[in-house]
Amino acid sequence: MNTKTITCIECPVGCRIGVDMEGCRVVKVSGNKCPKGEKYAISEIENPMRVLTTTVAAEGLGIRRLPIRTSAPISKANIPEVMRVIRSVKVSRPVRVGESIVKNVCGTGADIVVTRSVD
Amino acid sequence: MYDLIIIGAGVIGSAIAREISRYRLNVAVLEKSEEPAFGVSKSNSGIIHPGTQNRPGTLKGKLCVQGNRLTRMIAKELGIDFKKVGELIVALDNDELVSLSDIKREAEALGVPGLKLVGRAWLKKNEPNLTEEAVGALYAPTAGIISPYRWVYDLLENAKANGVEVHTSTRVIGIRRVEDPLSADRGPRFEKRIAHSAESKAWVERLYALCALRYADDRTRTDPGDGGPGTGNYFELATSRGMFRSRFMVNAAGLYADEVARMAGIEDFVIYPRKGEEFILDKKKHNLTRHLIFPIPTKTSKGILVIRTSDGNPMIGPTAQDVDSKEDLSTSEEGFRRVLESVKKYVPSIDENDIIAYFAGLRPASGDDFIIRHEDAFPGMVTVAGMQSPGLTAAPAVALFVRDILKKNGLDLRRKPFFRRWRREPYHLFSSSAEAARKMIKEDPAYGDIVCRCEMVSSKEIREAVRRGARTLDGIKFRTRAQAGRCHGGFCTARILKILAEETGENITSITKRGRGSEIVVRDMNDGGC
Amino acid sequence: MAAAISAHESGVKDILLLERDLYLGGLLNQCIHTGFGLTYFKETLTGPEYASRFVERVRAIPSIEVVTRAFAVRLTGEKTVDYLIPGHMVSVRAKAVVMATGSRERTREMAHIAGTRPAGIFPAGLAQRLINIEGYLPGKNVVIVGSGDIGLIMARRFKLEGAEVKAVIEIQPVTRGLVRNVVQCLDDFGIPLYFRHKIAHIYGKDRVEGVDVVRVDEEMREIEGSRFSMGCDTLLVSVGLIPENELIEMAGAELDKKSNTPVSGRMNETSLPGIFVCGNSYKVYDIVDTVSACAENAGRMAAGYLGKVEQQV
Repeated sequence: MNTKTITCIECPVGCRIGVDMEGCRVVKVSGNKCPKGEKYAISEIENPMRVLTTTVAAEGLGIRRLPIRTSAPISKANIPEVMRVIRSVKVSRPVRVGESIVKNVCGTGADIVVTRSVD
Repeated sequence: MYDLIIIGAGVIGSAIAREISRYRLNVAVLEKSEEPAFGVSKSNSGIIHPGTQNRPGTLKGKLCVQGNRLTRMIAKELGIDFKKVGELIVALDNDELVSLSDIKREAEALGVPGLKLVGRAWLKKNEPNLTEEAVGALYAPTAGIISPYRWVYDLLENAKANGVEVHTSTRVIGIRRVEDPLSADRGPRFEKRIAHSAESKAWVERLYALCALRYADDRTRTDPGDGGPGTGNYFELATSRGMFRSRFMVNAAGLYADEVARMAGIEDFVIYPRKGEEFILDKKKHNLTRHLIFPIPTKTSKGILVIRTSDGNPMIGPTAQDVDSKEDLSTSEEGFRRVLESVKKYVPSIDENDIIAYFAGLRPASGDDFIIRHEDAFPGMVTVAGMQSPGLTAAPAVALFVRDILKKNGLDLRRKPFFRRWRREPYHLFSSSAEAARKMIKEDPAYGDIVCRCEMVSSKEIREAVRRGARTLDGIKFRTRAQAGRCHGGFCTARILKILAEETGENITSITKRGRGSEIVVRDMNDGGC
Repeated sequence: MAAAISAHESGVKDILLLERDLYLGGLLNQCIHTGFGLTYFKETLTGPEYASRFVERVRAIPSIEVVTRAFAVRLTGEKTVDYLIPGHMVSVRAKAVVMATGSRERTREMAHIAGTRPAGIFPAGLAQRLINIEGYLPGKNVVIVGSGDIGLIMARRFKLEGAEVKAVIEIQPVTRGLVRNVVQCLDDFGIPLYFRHKIAHIYGKDRVEGVDVVRVDEEMREIEGSRFSMGCDTLLVSVGLIPENELIEMAGAELDKKSNTPVSGRMNETSLPGIFVCGNSYKVYDIVDTVSACAENAGRMAAGYLGKVEQQV
């Protein structure tokens, strides 16, 4: 068994969490101030997940870039592939906050959603 | 074919161009940088010296005193902000007091007007922030301040309005003199006619063949007989933008005057770059001093000064350090410490936290005096070199001096019937009254569209600057002060990039800070792929 | 927006909201990353999303008149505001004024970094604007000075856009930014963070070519022999924020010289009665939720000043 200390990024508090592991499996979590911390710690070790935020090209909307995010955290390993998809996207119609422009991106289960409305 | 080509669009080249634009001549200014004033002239203290601290009998002394008077006159004609603030050369002990009398005597011999030795009581009343240690000072009332780059732009724009051509991004790479076989006025024949230091003759020939494909003065090239036998001697200047031909030529190339001279086979002087670091204080400190504050000069330098500037920010510096490279414009921690320590002896209240910006400039040093002469070995060429301090002050006097040299050597000076001497003062929204500002905005909404919030510069002024020749972010900054305020462009750079791109028809990716190689952004993210 | 909403909720009937830009939300629009709203909305939003929640609320309140492209140029102690809109200069007299003018970035010049002044030196917020709003990548090989949040966020942003981020250099022994930003912006991408180091020199004639980095002692002085070089074409400067309070200074309010914040007896007040300051112009905050809370307080203070606070508050 080995032990690792990680920093929780669920909220600005940034708890230092101790994680006891056997191989790639988490067996014990300590030091977290809330339940989110335990969930985070397990996922961070076994399959780190991140919400990806970036921008896509916009055309004819008065702005050149439209901010977007993934609708849910995706595996860190998928980020480069998702970025490649995003680079090929161009939005040229009015959109609202929360509108999805790519469904189930790269099979991650998450959509690409717009985070700013443009008319 | 030009009558006169001036190499270098700094303050010297611009002052000469403006002076010569009074005459019926075909004149061009060639500048290697993207914009004028990007060399020695931009990193200048902006002091119009009264003429003190110069040796009698020197060109520096004579031209500085005369230049002070001429600068004030031309500044009025061009509507540029010149402030006669006066200077104090301050003595901190009795030995220094003695040298003040020497300085005064020498300056009076040169004709510097209004000099006065003042004591503690005068200083306390008229310069309250000066150190209590000051025992006396030499007061020179004719010292003044000007914005060095706006001065260059205004001189050059006035020259343009009077018909002078200005070619930027045009670097001279070779010079040769072509002699007319029928001309009586033939110079001494010498082998270095096609001179280009360390280059083979074949290379030079190839260079000229290449440049000859593109004559910059096409419109006169077709003129039959022009440049042929019986039309006189002329120069061929190979440049990065093709060939220029001219009957006369002035070398005002600043730091590179020695390199230009060498192209003509003149090798008797070298320009040594001498660095000066200067530090700018917050505008809130504009009342720091009422005069320019000088220490007792040393043999080589006027010392480290407390300077007032036409933009309102006080400035301290410059250092004086010989450097190896003509491109070394870095500032240093040591320079900062030295300047601060030195000026605090004179104005103890200066605080390092008030320093908001800094820069370094290079003086084109070469010996003790200016080098201004006709090159008899290369007839028709005038050298203006070693124009370190008081070069800015002397510039309009240098222009007259050079005019006379050219005349003596055969340039035919006939006045134009009409010379545009005056220029309407460009207006700035916030230097006008509220009513005037309201009217300006109503007439042109762009006046009310503020781009630079720190210095309150409108999109109108920025577009105007581009129309007057600004092509780069620095060019916009020097002309309008946008990006020169407290945020240093943090807020307005994105907008200025867009305006520059719109006005010049370029892509934002090719807009630069100060010319090729200084592009601001590297990739358009909407341009597909990575 | 938060101050306007809270003033309205406290009973103020006639509110004018002036915004310089084309749209409301200010800097939030370029902060496209998540992390906003955990306290305020109990969920994690991006900057534009957080702003849009407030925009919707403001738009739904008829007594808040919104003027965009309105640039305030003057404020007097008598609470007259002069502002520019395209083609006009307008003067309005208010009974109370709340300033929510935000902050600007400290510059390379203020951090006294020696060396040359080529293209490629950007305040981190300007780089953020160029990438996220304008759509231009400012550089390909980046060193970041200062571990402020914007700097950390931009490290990740450059990485995602395919640029190299060499290091973050921090003169202090701890990060200035939030820990979670160190984790997800630097650690995730293997970007080293050097504590107790500073940039000693910037090189490059036309464009940045590299920097010298040195380790510093307790007094921030260079430790001899610690100097090393890093090649880069871009230097991002993220060394803190300064409240923008030039308008209240113009009106005659007393400012603390060091922090550029208003000197006042109570939270959000200035030395001028009826002129209030909130958000990052009152004090530099780390978290937007706190900024909104501060602004709401200022809205209530303004309402109180106007004597219109409803009984139940």
